[in-house]
Amino acid sequence: MQIMINGEAMEVDDDFAVNQLVEKLELTNKRIAIELNCEIVPRSQFHAVRLKAGDCVEVVQAIGGG
Amino acid sequence: MSDTFTLDGKTYQSRLLVGTGKYRDMAETQHAVAASGAEIVTVAVRRSNIGQNPDEPNILEVLPPDKYTILPNTAFCYTADEAVRTCRLAREMLDGHDLVKLEVLGDKKTLFPDVLETLKAAKTLVKDGFKVMVYTSDDPLVAKQLEEIGCVAVMPLAAPIGSGLGIRNPYNIRMIIENAQVPIIVDAGVGTASDAAIAMELGCDGVLMNTAIAEAKNPVLMASAMKKGIEAGREAYLAGRMPKRLYASASSPIDGTFF
Repeated sequence: MQIMINGEAMEVDDDFAVNQLVEKLELTNKRIAIELNCEIVPRSQFHAVRLKAGDCVEVVQAIGGG
Repeated sequence: MSDTFTLDGKTYQSRLLVGTGKYRDMAETQHAVAASGAEIVTVAVRRSNIGQNPDEPNILEVLPPDKYTILPNTAFCYTADEAVRTCRLAREMLDGHDLVKLEVLGDKKTLFPDVLETLKAAKTLVKDGFKVMVYTSDDPLVAKQLEEIGCVAVMPLAAPIGSGLGIRNPYNIRMIIENAQVPIIVDAGVGTASDAAIAMELGCDGVLMNTAIAEAKNPVLMASAMKKGIEAGREAYLAGRMPKRLYASASSPIDGTFF
C-alpha cells in the first residue's frame, strides 16, 4: 500500500506498524517525533499503531535554528 | 559576584541564550555555543531527511539535552495552529520537555511577529501545559498581555531578526521591563557585543541571539565577546550608572591648587 511520508509517496506492506516504519527509515532510537494524519503518535505507541493506505506521516527532528 | 537568573524554576549562571542556526557545520556550532557560555540553546523542528545521510550528526548529539536546556522554536510558523503543532511535536521529540520558544511571524520581509496569532497560540499552549517563552514586538501592552496569559518569559525584539541593527527602541524595552513580573529577554536584532551590553544595562534578564554570532567572521571569538558584553552590561546595570549631565563635572578637587 502507499502512504505519504514527509510529503513523498512510499510503498509499505499492509498493516505496517509505526515502529516498523521507523526501522525501515533507519531512525530507531533517534530523537524524532511522528505525526500520523496530524495527530502525534507517542513513542510508547509506535508498535501498536498500524498504518492504512493513504496515511500521511510526518517525521521530524531538531536542527540548528535561532 | 553571584547573580543568577531563574527561568521556570531553574537557575542559570549565564544570561546569554543562543540560537544554533546559520553555522558552517556542527563543529562550529558546538565551539561557538561553548565559547558563549550559554546554557539555553534554541533549535528548530523540521522534517527528517528520509533515506539520506542516516549517519549525519544530529544537533542534539552535539548539544545534548542533559547538558543544555533545549529550547525548540516555532520559526517559520505564520499561524497559531502551525506553532501549536510544532510545539507538540517538539515536546514529544524531547520526551515531555515542555519549555518552548513561541514565535508566530506576520511578514516574510520583516519577520515581525503577528501579535494576534501569537496571543492565540500562547493561550492554547499555556492551557496545554507548555512553559512558553514568547517572541513579540516591543509593545509594552502586548508584553503585559502575554505575561498575564501565563508565559514564563516575554522576549521583545530589539530590531528585526537577523538585522543586527541593535536596540532600536530602548525606551519601550525599559517600559516592558519596569512593568514585568516575568523575565524579559531581548530576542533578535543584536549585532555586536555593545548591543548586548546596552540591552543588559536597560535591565533585561537576558539576551537571545543567533545571527550576530553565527555571521561574524570569527563566530567563536564573537561568542566570547557576547558573553563579556552580557556580563559587563549586567554588572553596570546592578552598579547603577551615574546621571548624565550637559556640562562637565571636574574629577580632581579644586582645593589645594597652588596657581
